[in-house]
Amino acid sequence: MSRLGVVMLVHTALHRAEQVARHWTASGCPVVIHVDGKVSDRIFSAFVSSCADEPLIRFSDRHICEWGGWGIVAASQSAAELMLAAFPDVHHVYLSSGACLPLRPMDELIDYLSDRPRVDFIESATTADVSWTIGGLDQERFTLRFPFSWRRSRKLFDAYVKLQRAIGMRRKIPEGLVPHMGSQWWCLTRQTLSAILQDPKRQTYDRYFRRVWIPDESYFQTLARLYSTHIESRSLTLSKFDYQGRPHIFYDDHLQLLRRSDCFVARKIWPRADRLYQAFLTDQSSAMRPAEPNPGKIDRVFSKAVERRTRGRDGLYMQSRFPRHGSENGLTSFPYSVFQGFTELFEDFEPWLAEATGARVHGHLFGPERAEFANGDSIANGALSDCAVLRDYNPTAFVSNLIWNTRGERQCFQFGPGDTQKINWFLARDKNAQISVITGAWAIPLFRSNLNFADIRCEAARLQRIETKQLEVLGSVWTKARVRTWSLAEFVESPMEPIQTVIEEIGTQRAGHLVEAPKMVDLSGFGQFLQNLKNQGMHPYMMGDFPTDDVFGAQVRPFKKPYLVQ
Amino acid sequence: MRLRRKRRLARCLRKRRQLKPVSDKSANIRRDDVLLMSVLRNEKIRLPYFLEYYRKLGIDHFLFVDNNSDDGSSEYLASQPDVSVWQANASYKRASFGLDWSNYLLRRYAHGHWVLTVDPDEFFIYPFCDTRPIRALTDWLDGCAVRSFGTMLIDMYPQGPVDAEPYHEGQDPFQIARWFDAGNYMITMNPDYKNLWIQGGPRARVFFRDAPLQAPALNKIPLVKWDRRYVYVSSTHSLLPRGLNQVYDEWGGEKTSGALLHAKLISTLGEKAREEMLRGQHYRRSGEYRAYAEGLDEQPVFWCDRSEKYINWRQLEILGLMSKGNWA
Repeated sequence: MSRLGVVMLVHTALHRAEQVARHWTASGCPVVIHVDGKVSDRIFSAFVSSCADEPLIRFSDRHICEWGGWGIVAASQSAAELMLAAFPDVHHVYLSSGACLPLRPMDELIDYLSDRPRVDFIESATTADVSWTIGGLDQERFTLRFPFSWRRSRKLFDAYVKLQRAIGMRRKIPEGLVPHMGSQWWCLTRQTLSAILQDPKRQTYDRYFRRVWIPDESYFQTLARLYSTHIESRSLTLSKFDYQGRPHIFYDDHLQLLRRSDCFVARKIWPRADRLYQAFLTDQSSAMRPAEPNPGKIDRVFSKAVERRTRGRDGLYMQSRFPRHGSENGLTSFPYSVFQGFTELFEDFEPWLAEATGARVHGHLFGPERAEFANGDSIANGALSDCAVLRDYNPTAFVSNLIWNTRGERQCFQFGPGDTQKINWFLARDKNAQISVITGAWAIPLFRSNLNFADIRCEAARLQRIETKQLEVLGSVWTKARVRTWSLAEFVESPMEPIQTVIEEIGTQRAGHLVEAPKMVDLSGFGQFLQNLKNQGMHPYMMGDFPTDDVFGAQVRPFKKPYLVQ
Repeated sequence: MRLRRKRRLARCLRKRRQLKPVSDKSANIRRDDVLLMSVLRNEKIRLPYFLEYYRKLGIDHFLFVDNNSDDGSSEYLASQPDVSVWQANASYKRASFGLDWSNYLLRRYAHGHWVLTVDPDEFFIYPFCDTRPIRALTDWLDGCAVRSFGTMLIDMYPQGPVDAEPYHEGQDPFQIARWFDAGNYMITMNPDYKNLWIQGGPRARVFFRDAPLQAPALNKIPLVKWDRRYVYVSSTHSLLPRGLNQVYDEWGGEKTSGALLHAKLISTLGEKAREEMLRGQHYRRSGEYRAYAEGLDEQPVFWCDRSEKYINWRQLEILGLMSKGNWA
């Protein structure tokens, strides 16, 4: 009476398998169960006798099933043969596992298949077109031999693959076969399936596939191509795999997701997911309209999981993500800007910058006394302390934490040769950092200070040394940050152009040209100050050629707005 | 390393004589039960909620070592149907801060089991812990051939002074201490054991501002599919063999991880700190407790306006304090 037969491969959680099998038979679908040969005879016979009252459940010969081995194919073969022989009115055979769970009422699946009587649902693609293979073996699955178990003797497996590659050992693919691969869960018509199983060359094919890597993903997929008149290359079973090729598992909290997927069967279900089994195996009022399976939403959830596992969240350091040097995919999570020399050259640069960009502008985060957070806060987002000792204990963690805690909001901070320098390499290697340096600007506060000249000279030499070292780091070949440097002289000559570029790159909503320029400090006498340093035997070169009379060229140019169309 | 591991094993075997069974129900442990191991001293007030919390999570059997309690902890535990208790009256310090005892019991009873080793003030949180029992996690880890599961200890604290609101027996401590630091943790890798070394949080922020090197370690690997060859080396921070410490991904990805909510900074702290300081039985001569005892006299407030209020595991996952990894 029924046109759908189910072959079920069972390894563990036999009570769940029985529950699902009874669900199939309740709608009149015969079930042939294959129990893994590894299950002990005692448990097997108990299982058989518990199903004895159901005439539609049969048990096939048992094979030992090992992942990636031939046993699974052999199991499918003998179960399918039994199905075709014992239930002559079966039209489609559905291969499922003990961890599969039907999501929609059986009648809908039966109707769906009887509307498509000639269609074989089997995912089947040539090796060139698939991207899901694990271990880099795609075409080689079919041309090398794999006598060793991948799970149990990985070293032997790898060594033998290597050896075969080295000596150029190749197997011949039997005539007429074009290797195809796909999900092992298929639904084939009696015609196609019997053609495969009764093929006069089956001996040859079986011998060949016995040594193919993961034959359950290629045996039926390849042979179906020989006989089927109409292949729909997709699986009716919803099954998602993680990046290592292991199936994702469904739990109680996936109930709504599975409901909305409109798929007929899903795997793998956690055997203790009571709510799922209860929800889907009790009589469902056929509330769902006839719909095509639509696993899109589930796809997104699981592909996100895979991405999280393989790439992770940029700029996050935590107990389960601590990338090695160079594998960070971005040292921090969000772009930020570092300014050096700007507060020295301009009065009220910080409020001006905050106004112009809308970013959060900190002072010298690496100041020797404390981390100068914006607004004089002593604690920043994420309870990050301004304590200098804590900060210098792990400065890279300090920056990455600050950027992570405020992701979504642009951070700017001041830096200078007077600050802790341990962070330089980190900033230089970080592609999220935008570093703008006016070299030699540290001399301005000295110039305006009231120190003895001997102390000034000392301090100037120290700061210059530090800044030189810092610039070496910023100019290294490993630098990924966007670094801009101007000498003080260069910058003072035309300050607006560079500022405009930097601000534009920060890219805020308030784009367009700058309306108001920051106010430069009074530098009259600075040229002479530098000359005095020179006269004292110190050579201040970081500032560039600053004229002794403070006048660049012949005349003092009025500031012009760059890019201003007149 | 092999030698170190053997030495640890020999040590824990030597110390097994210090353990006297008070209530040994370990015969009830079934083949794939998930176990919990804990060493305690005078924690009676915490136990009812502790047991309730972990039973709900799906722990099948509890193993406790009671170190000289005089508040009835041991009697209380002995009366529980799913708890086995051993008494150890020897020095906590000389038993490697209790590790020798727990290593021995783990070796004896936890071989082949998933076992969670926590202190009575640590509460295990993992992805989907509100909808999936701990068995779902261990089954999944088994499926991935993963043997250990990493967490970070998150210190929880109240809004006011630590002892402002007294804790009652049976109460959820996080009703009082529901705040935590979201993003001030510092990580380095320990090249010896290949485990991460995480410091930071409120204790570093308040008590160890001037000596961050001495701030307590927050990295913990509490959940392990135990084998009798394994040993904990330093609290649950690191294990041997070293492969078990590899609970983090080094190539940019995120492994699945959890958190241990730490209910230490509540009203019970002051008494504990004074007592432990006198005993001097804790790590670094109870230096940590000394810092607390001194700090506590000034009525410390850990709370600041950037503190985060605890909601659930999803919040922790978004903040980057734990990760779902590829468990979806």
